Amino acid sequence: MSTSRGPRAHVAMVAVRLVNWLSRVSGRGSGTVAGGRVGLRLDPDLLRTLSENREIVLVSGTNGKTTTTSMTVEGWGGSVTTNDTGSNMPPGHVAALVASPHIRTVLEVDEAWLAEVIGRVTPRVVVLLNLSRDQMDRANEVRQMAERWRTALASAPSDLIVVANANDPLVVYGAESAANVLWCDVPTTWMADAVSCPKCTEPLDHDGPSWRCRCGFTRPSPITTSLVDELVVDTTPVTLDLSVPGEFNRANAAMALTALAAVGVDPLDAVARVNQVSSVAGRFSIRHWGGHTFRLLLAKNPAGFAAMLDTVPRDTSDVWVAINARVADGRDPSWLYDVPFESLAGHRVWCFGDRRLDLATRLDYASVAYVVVDDDAAVDASDEPVLLLANYTAFADWLARSTT
Amino acid sequence: MKIAVLYPELLGTYGDGGNGVVAVERLRRRGIDATLEYASIGDPLPDAGLYLLGGGEDGPQRLAADLLRATDFVSRVRDGAHVLAVCAGLQILGASFSVEGNDEYEGVGLVDVVTRRGERRSVGELCTKVGERFLVGFENHGGRTTLASGLEPLGRVLTGRGNDGATDGFRTVGVWGTYAHGPVLAMNPWLCDEILESLTGRTLEPLASAADRLYEERRAALAP
Repeated sequence: MSTSRGPRAHVAMVAVRLVNWLSRVSGRGSGTVAGGRVGLRLDPDLLRTLSENREIVLVSGTNGKTTTTSMTVEGWGGSVTTNDTGSNMPPGHVAALVASPHIRTVLEVDEAWLAEVIGRVTPRVVVLLNLSRDQMDRANEVRQMAERWRTALASAPSDLIVVANANDPLVVYGAESAANVLWCDVPTTWMADAVSCPKCTEPLDHDGPSWRCRCGFTRPSPITTSLVDELVVDTTPVTLDLSVPGEFNRANAAMALTALAAVGVDPLDAVARVNQVSSVAGRFSIRHWGGHTFRLLLAKNPAGFAAMLDTVPRDTSDVWVAINARVADGRDPSWLYDVPFESLAGHRVWCFGDRRLDLATRLDYASVAYVVVDDDAAVDASDEPVLLLANYTAFADWLARSTT
Repeated sequence: MKIAVLYPELLGTYGDGGNGVVAVERLRRRGIDATLEYASIGDPLPDAGLYLLGGGEDGPQRLAADLLRATDFVSRVRDGAHVLAVCAGLQILGASFSVEGNDEYEGVGLVDVVTRRGERRSVGELCTKVGERFLVGFENHGGRTTLASGLEPLGRVLTGRGNDGATDGFRTVGVWGTYAHGPVLAMNPWLCDEILESLTGRTLEPLASAADRLYEERRAALAP
């Protein structure tokens, strides 16, 4: 441990380890948040202290944080500190940093906490993926989120490098106040939250991935461009051969590779490792339950669902969808009406979860065939693996009840 | 029968476009020809029988009020067109509303209500009694809406806040307003049919759908 850390920090770090160990052995938690909370209570400056002398990449945005964090960790190679437990607020960061001393550090950050975390950990790189509506019961209106990013980045150290999605107007609004931005042209299909200009609320003109407002706010020139599997990372051509599905994962990979290039990792070396990432905290994994086999996909909000629905093969019949509306999901399932479920016409959707009737009603009005699963035993056995799309707590439930 | 969702890019934060889909489906399933139209910024106001206004963030809400004020929306409603307005849409129909800070902003003046910034945001499930029925949904807004005397609220609050903790929304000829945002017509099939019966001037056959179970489940959860 560094000698620059005072006794207060040492006591706090011991407390983090102890509480997390107790949490794990008592079976009460996964041992990542409770200890971090206690540590921050004992030493409010603990996150800053633990970040000293590290090379830190932060990853934030509405969708793709966990996957992009994992791709950045794997792509970097060697020993990397990361918060791979899903705890993406300061207590989770503290727990990850206490548990692992490696200089190379990649932290996933909840978008609402990004401004605060940037102030504490002095990152080398911040990756900003996308911004869209999410968890609407928390009044975190998406424009306010962009405004908070903008304010934080305007006062960040001038050597901070921001890697940001040039195709998402809200991200550009949040990122353009930073001194150094590496803009990325990556697939971004969800534009429903960026129809009007984040600066002046006039309508934006969209033309393919490009967009502009008559107030002068316009898409910046990208240095990373992504076209299907061919990618150019700051003049280096790279070919993706990802093990995870979907166009959105190509966007995640492009941004991870750009962030890694910014910390000096050759994109050609990094891509070979990023291509190997096959399952991230259960996402995209093949699971077994009750004689069924399924691929488990996480989709938490309209943009995430729209992206996942694109991966449903046309020639499959059954699709499983599980929806909850617990605190971690957002208590308001109105967002189901922003999901383009009409694209599932021709499939039969099995509706699971606490809010399966909300889902069934949505599918009914979209003229999609559905079955409400009140009794799990009634699920037809299927020879082929099905896709299971689940939102946050439903995903956790299905991960827990199924096996690899 | 034409149904128009107005400015979905400004007033569509909470899945509000779903109301248009539901209204059109419930007409079509009874053999009544219906079309759904979306009017965006810059489009002329469509000639529709039913206009739908959704919820939105503060800046877009002000822009939507400006756009709507520049059309003949109010006279069309006075001439018999119907309107369902939720959340920010409800506030826009009034004389004035305050959103950011306490700056008063002019509404379209269709209904004699004013909305001021409430002491705290109202976020959570909303259940009201509307006559002998229940209206179930979710609200998320910072407004406190005051109705002019004589103006009828849509419902009496059982759970949640609505206008002011006692009443929710308003109801005048051809006009329904509520803070239950998003797919309020999906969750309350009876409300959708009430609006559609007024719109068509016909008594509609009962229509069994998945929504019936959803409505019963939410009602049982919120108004036991």
